[in-house]
Amino acid sequence: MSEPLLSVEDLRVGFTTEGGRLQAVDGVSFGVAPGEVLAIVGESGSGKSVTAQTILGLTRSPNATIEGSVRLRGTELVDAGEAELRQVRGAQIGMVFQDPMTSLNPVYRVGGQIVEAIRAHGSDTSKEAARERAIELLDSVGIVDAERRVDDYPHEFSGGMRQRAMIAMALALEPEVLIADEPTTALDVTIQAQILRLLEGLNRERNLATILITHDLGVVAEVADRVLVMYAGRVVEEGALDEIFYDPQHPYTWGLLGSLSRIDRPRPHRLPQISGAPPSLISLPEGCAFRTRCPHEFAKCSQQPPLEAKLADGAGHADRCWLDLERKREKRQVGGRIGLEAPS
Amino acid sequence: MARFAIRRLAGMVLVLFAVSVLVFAIFNLIPNSDPAQRMAGKNADATLVKSIEEDWGFDEPVWVQYGSMMEKLFTGELISYGDQLNVVDRIVEGLPATFSLGIGAAVIWLFFGVLFGYLSGTRAGGWLDRALTVGSVAGISIPVFLIATLFLYFLTYKIELFPASGYVPLEEDPIQWAYHLILPWFTLAILNIGFYSRVLRSSMLNVMNEDYVRTARAKGLDENRVMVRHVLRNSLIPIVTLFGLDFGATIFGGAIITEVIFSLGGVGQYSAEAITNLDLPPLMAVTFFGAFFVVLFNALTDIVYAYLDPRIRLGASAQ
Repeated sequence: MSEPLLSVEDLRVGFTTEGGRLQAVDGVSFGVAPGEVLAIVGESGSGKSVTAQTILGLTRSPNATIEGSVRLRGTELVDAGEAELRQVRGAQIGMVFQDPMTSLNPVYRVGGQIVEAIRAHGSDTSKEAARERAIELLDSVGIVDAERRVDDYPHEFSGGMRQRAMIAMALALEPEVLIADEPTTALDVTIQAQILRLLEGLNRERNLATILITHDLGVVAEVADRVLVMYAGRVVEEGALDEIFYDPQHPYTWGLLGSLSRIDRPRPHRLPQISGAPPSLISLPEGCAFRTRCPHEFAKCSQQPPLEAKLADGAGHADRCWLDLERKREKRQVGGRIGLEAPS
Repeated sequence: MARFAIRRLAGMVLVLFAVSVLVFAIFNLIPNSDPAQRMAGKNADATLVKSIEEDWGFDEPVWVQYGSMMEKLFTGELISYGDQLNVVDRIVEGLPATFSLGIGAAVIWLFFGVLFGYLSGTRAGGWLDRALTVGSVAGISIPVFLIATLFLYFLTYKIELFPASGYVPLEEDPIQWAYHLILPWFTLAILNIGFYSRVLRSSMLNVMNEDYVRTARAKGLDENRVMVRHVLRNSLIPIVTLFGLDFGATIFGGAIITEVIFSLGGVGQYSAEAITNLDLPPLMAVTFFGAFFVVLFNALTDIVYAYLDPRIRLGASAQ
């Protein structure tokens, strides 16, 4: 894998709210190389979307504190001016959002919104040329009869088609990085597979560096090269796809894997879940943030474990857990498969 | 679309019928409103009252009186009880002043309402927003007669900047026309400027949280374009609703106080006279035309909606 195109280092995003200050993202680091799909996985509130949006400066507000570094080809984006950032948005980094039903403006034609994206960066492209390009783009993401559909309004598109249009819009200026924030969450299962296949194809064809934000490990298994597991604003485990799926080190990852339903395994009586709810970001527990839900908690967990690689053969496989390797291998086996046992 | 139009039209007729019956009924229930008695004057003898009743048909059953009044209204033969002049003629005479006042004020309140609302919405929490909020609340709270009086006292009496009263027809002298109308326009517009800017501000703050606004930013659009094309455009729908109601109501009825204070001699002033004299025919005609305009502008509002929101467009043609 080549050098990272986009690298995030020790990113911290805090918000001041009425309830107090909360740290939505707390020291996240990763890099993405061209042609690579990096998946960021976690529950709601784990900070994955905030991380993604902060890359493009979309979380900037008077209530937000953003620290750390986001570099695109060496150019720092965290402290870049609004005008400079605007040149990056859409042109170098494209973004696809979660809900295609609400992410397109209902009052403008789909084609018009793509044309707007094309012409957002200097209007040297004529309207006619931009329209032709919009038709081409819609066609390339699999919109049938794009010539005619380009003049439709968003409400005339189905959910899957809208997400295709969103992807076309994100790719309008041929960015090198694509950030997809839960791109399949709001879609039917069959459509999800189509959209994933489309993203995968585009990633390969255009050698895109792709960041895929999701809470769905099924989606991750389908397309990701590397995986980042986030919990309460921190990365708790990261590694290559196989490492995460076959040799997971963090109990939270076990829990996520354990709660997957798989057709190649006997169906459990009841789908396991991780008990409890994610902690409030305003008052995080001391030490490991997951310990309040972890059945393997012990004395040392009241100190914050560092994110380190502990396995001899996996330099890129790191986790944040105090348990030693032997104990982990033993404890993650629940009923013959990987999982998190229910607290007694 | 045809069915939609027919349903709208049937609704209009029903509303107008209900309004006219209500006005007629209320008038007949007001104490001391017997028109024959009033026309005959104080201490008139019974035979005179009786003969007036016969001449004007006041001895007929109420519903017959209602029928003949509506008939005269539509044929333009309605005569007022007070000055005994043709009501429709008087209204037509007052229309230029009333329209000049209403349309001019509407342009002003729409312009400043949207401008102030936009400035407030895009700078929410800033000093300009706070200043505009205070101004808006003041504009909404101060009664029209007080604003008019303050204008007249300071701008006409103290520094003699504007004329005190009267209406100059537009075709006679456009500059004098506007000059005489500036104070009445602003008097009438101030309430709605405050109101519209508050509504637009809150509507914009809602729209700013929409996902498509984030999409627009992620595309790399500059902030002004995001605000105007994506936020403002989608925030205008409540403004259109308000305008549809307010404009119809202002042109016939809302401007009574302003017209009287500035003696514009329009329809509003005519209705004020009619109310003081308990004169049914002009009241009936003015109310009827007023209701007609309100209903008409409501229908027009629906058309503008369809322009602003394509989802409504499809819904209407599917009906």
